[in-house]
This record gives sequence, structure tokens and C-alpha cells, in this order.
Amino acid sequence: MAADFATLKKGGFMRQKQKNNFSLRLRVVGGNLTAVQLAKIAEVAEKFGDGYVHLTSRQSVEIPFIKLDDIDLVKAALAEGEVEPGVCGPRVRTVTACQGEAICPSGCIDTYALAKDLDARYFARELPHKFKFGITGCQNNCLKAEENDLGIKGGIKVKWREENCISCGVCEKACRSGAITISDGKISVDDAKCNFCGRCVKSCPVESWDTVHGYIVSFGGLFGNHINKGETIIPFIESKEKLFEICDAAIRFFEENANPGERFKFTLDRVGREKFEQKIREVYSNERIQN
Amino acid sequence: MSEFKIDDTVDITDVVCPTTFVKAKVALEELDEGQILSIHMNDGEPVQNVPRSIKEEGHKILKLLNNNDGTYDLIVEKVGD
Repeated sequence: MAADFATLKKGGFMRQKQKNNFSLRLRVVGGNLTAVQLAKIAEVAEKFGDGYVHLTSRQSVEIPFIKLDDIDLVKAALAEGEVEPGVCGPRVRTVTACQGEAICPSGCIDTYALAKDLDARYFARELPHKFKFGITGCQNNCLKAEENDLGIKGGIKVKWREENCISCGVCEKACRSGAITISDGKISVDDAKCNFCGRCVKSCPVESWDTVHGYIVSFGGLFGNHINKGETIIPFIESKEKLFEICDAAIRFFEENANPGERFKFTLDRVGREKFEQKIREVYSNERIQN
Repeated sequence: MSEFKIDDTVDITDVVCPTTFVKAKVALEELDEGQILSIHMNDGEPVQNVPRSIKEEGHKILKLLNNNDGTYDLIVEKVGD
């Protein structure tokens, strides 16, 4: 069999130092695997690998020591357990996520549902270079949103609902940004200080807040040979539809402007961040008019 | 504090997170439904986090009183058995 490494790599077969051995990367979405998938992965690692797996830094699983000649057998065996190979190379990589609001008391958005949406929309899409999405549910940032080419952080935009309020004073102390002040039983929120963490909402005993759950999106993060913190353009995106339009626009910009082998941050640096910002603002405001 | 009839008090200023919440939870378990507990806590992490944990346990927070000495009293009504 001719060893076409480019094709093998696309399918998540990472060449090992050991000749004719590959570490097989698996497709994982948002860091979740079912018990059925885990059982099949264990079986394949035992039968075709070296009896162990490696957990990657981005929530994927790799099975090392898969033999070149076994590739088709391995793929077929994995498929029985609803497991697919992942990807490497110049394309959209594993969409990572924390557990989000479905599980975590701090979560502001359903990160896993969003990871599945993004995976279905973009996974393995061919681009000039790798492109990473990461989703974190809140300001605690367990999933390190800003180290991704496109990072998404959940947040809650709040507006005080006076009629419910019992002036207990809990929110003023729960806020870590010092954005909330209470005087004469009235609460005011300093929008310039609010970071959408949602701690006021989560601590309020009487649900005295009108809330919008939304997204804080950062662009151009890197955490490899070069390190760069992704930057936000729109402070808070209120709907999933709007979020997807912005993700589409970012990927399109990368596709149209990046040189082969150039990460998003460097494309933005070379082409001009302001050009990209203008594009994103356009998409954001166009959509608002339609709504 | 006079507006509430306090049935019991607990001081959690001598412990740190997460024992703060555990100590408050144990004190609440001693009470009957509808009784009121005053939880004495420090400024900083306890006052930022304990009220929310009490809420998530399903109890009813009535008031957070600032003692103006770096401590607070959280007034909580027990809900459930």
C-alpha cells in the first residue's frame, strides 16, 4: 500500500516515530464520549494498538501504535461503536467545550449543544491552515476561549427587574466587577464595568433580573510556537443565529485572505485587523436591521 | 436585624471555602422548614459565594446585612425537610 501521508493525516492518522505505526486521533465533540464509544475505543486500543489511549490537549483521544495495514479494519471496528477518526492538518479541528450550563452551576450557555452545532457546520472544513474553535460557559474560562482561533465565552446580559427585588443586597457583593450599587432600595448596573459573568443572576434569591444569555467571541488566539490572546470585537452577541453569521464571516475571511500555512492571527496582522473588524461589525449590524 | 425572628445562628468566619458552605448547610439541616438562620460570614469569597450556594440548595434568602466590620449576616429561611 502506498503511504499517502496527506490522506492519512486528514483522517486523523498521526505518523509515529516508529515506522508504519500511527497514533489515530478520534472525532470528539465538546469533550464528551458515550459509554458505548469508550468501550469500543478500549476494544480497538487492546486489539489493534498497544492497549492504551492518549488524551490530547484539546479533548480528543488518540490510539497510538495502529498499524498501517490495519487502517481499514480499525475504521470499520470503530464505526461499530459510533466512533470516527478525527482530523489534523489545515482544516477545522476538534470543537472543544466545557460542560456548560447543562451541568455546571456557573455556566451561562449550553456549550455542548453549541459544540455539536459548530461541529456539524464546520468540522474538517478545508482551510489555509488549522482553525480551532473553543467554547467556555462563563467568565471562569475553564476552557480557555481566547487561546483558540475563534473562542466563544458564555455570558448573561442583565437588566434589573424592580418589582421582584427584595433589596437583600446579595447581588452587590456577588458582583466581582463592582458594577452593582444599591442606594435607597434601587439597583444600578454600570454597563462599562459589567463583564456578563451572571453572578448577580445566579445569586439572586427572587429572580429579580431580566436576562439575555449570549456570547463573547474572540478572534486570532494561538497557544503554540507563538502565543496570542484572541481579541473581542463585538462585546456581546445576543443570539445563536447572529453568532453563526459571525463565525461564517470569520471563516470566510480566513479562507479568502490567509496564505497557506498561516494561522488566523498572522492573517489578521498582515491584512489588517481593522479590515476584519469592519467586516465583523458589518455582519453584526446587517443582521440587526433584518431582525 | 429586628425585622426577622432569628431561630438560630451559625458563625462561618472561622473556616474557609468550601467548608464555609458545608458548615452553613449543616446548620440549616438542624432547623425545621420555615425557621430562620442567621449566617455570620466574612467579606470577600464567603459573601460572594455562600448566598448563591444556599440559593442552589433551595433555601430562601431574605437579607444580607452589612455589619460594617468586614463581616456580614445572611438571613436565610429554611425550605424543605
